[in-house]
Amino acid sequence: MDLLEPIIKIAVVLGALLTASAIVVLFDRKFSAYIQNRYGPNRVGPGGWMQSIADVVKLVMKEDIVPKAANRFVHDLAPMISITVALTTFAVIPFGDTIPLFGKEYNLIIADVNVGILYILAMTGMGVYGLTLAGWSSNNKYSLFGGLRSSAQLISYELSMGLSLIGVIMIAGTLQIDDIVRSQTGYWFGWIPQWNVISQPIGFITFFVASFAETNRLPFDLPEAEPELVGGYHTEYSGMKFGLFFLSEYANMIVSSALITALFLGGWHLPFAETWGLDPLVLALLKIGAFMFKMFIIISFYVVIRWTLPRFRYDQLMNLGWKVMLPVSIANVLATGVVMLWLTR
Amino acid sequence: MDLYTISFYMFAVLLLGSAIVVVFSRNIVRAAFALMITLLSIAAFYVLMMADFVGIVQLLLYVGGILVLILFGVMLTNRQISVDIREGAIQTIPAVIVTSTIGGILAGAIWSTAWPMREAARSVAATAPVIGEMFLTTYLLPFEVASVLLLVALVGAALIARRERKS
Repeated sequence: MDLLEPIIKIAVVLGALLTASAIVVLFDRKFSAYIQNRYGPNRVGPGGWMQSIADVVKLVMKEDIVPKAANRFVHDLAPMISITVALTTFAVIPFGDTIPLFGKEYNLIIADVNVGILYILAMTGMGVYGLTLAGWSSNNKYSLFGGLRSSAQLISYELSMGLSLIGVIMIAGTLQIDDIVRSQTGYWFGWIPQWNVISQPIGFITFFVASFAETNRLPFDLPEAEPELVGGYHTEYSGMKFGLFFLSEYANMIVSSALITALFLGGWHLPFAETWGLDPLVLALLKIGAFMFKMFIIISFYVVIRWTLPRFRYDQLMNLGWKVMLPVSIANVLATGVVMLWLTR
Repeated sequence: MDLYTISFYMFAVLLLGSAIVVVFSRNIVRAAFALMITLLSIAAFYVLMMADFVGIVQLLLYVGGILVLILFGVMLTNRQISVDIREGAIQTIPAVIVTSTIGGILAGAIWSTAWPMREAARSVAATAPVIGEMFLTTYLLPFEVASVLLLVALVGAALIARRERKS
């Protein structure tokens, strides 16, 4: 078994993911400053673009404070779970077509698992532990509230998240994410790309909304609602342990934008690029670029919505999850089935 | 010993060790955490047997769903001072009878079953389509009965929760 290839892939993806998280943090701050008509970070480096590096150095140097009444072991474990789940989810997402290097074709995916979609859902399910355990182990009522809210929220929205993917699975006929991307590379009538966002608009919207809830972004950031809960589940965290929670939030955002790109926006598919007659290596790099561009669009949406909408009230959150999202995604599955049956007759 | 055997024994030790902690721990939170390790090791066993679908579903349902709810309940109740939760050994005699009966049945089933082994099981093949097809053809009736059972449990849970709120 050749172990070198996966190790190099993991190193590259991990490095890219961590760097991208730092950049997205800064992008979020800069963009929010632009929306609120202020400057944002502008002192460190040219135009403030080195601010994230300064922040990381600050977090690493900070003292790690553990409350006296906290459960030490679980308090240490919780941020590890959060960051592990956030980073390992990317393993099954293809970020490009095969790339020809040194006379060999390489798949641009770390682990092409047969049950890739289920793996991602299982990983998001595991993500609950990081937040819940952080909230419980701190022995602080605000932290506990944050932890409880996160469990309830994640469990509620996991259902509609899974159900909104069923339509995509039905169309592609596979659980393998690479195959789902490949199933979107055709064209309808010769000019409309067969992206799932066009054939599954309702699934796309419900998945997008659920992904906000799963990544705890505004308007779904109740687990850390700072006006009500101080800092929510991470109230009692300081130093790099807080930094890991912060990092995993942004890493989760990047991973879910990559997932939305792969499942609904055609992944690395660049429409009509295969007819331009380019060198295979250039074409492969262009496709990676297309994937990153689509991810960037989704991330921009996350940022704009964060600074546009106010936070939900708790009962509104639950009503939306159980009374709107769930029925809509079940109806979407039914409608997809009926249309597919009608089309294949 | 190859990597496969080493990981089998590693997970076997992890599974049995954490299961012992679940049963004998007097701290209910610690027992719940040990249960998490037990369920994760079972998922690892499914993966070692190349049952990718079952392994992931084990993660999805047991670790990501059921255990979260168990932890939820444990965390909310273990700091209650007014309610006395007994965490020691209780009802020893009925427990011995029930467990020895179930253990006997399981042991009998394991001994009387022929376990066909095949080498092909070590190759990675998609199991999800086969399982899905089986559920909707050969095993349609058990599948539907199980879903009706779950529906009954769901309605029952809602009924109990509602009644308590009224009184």
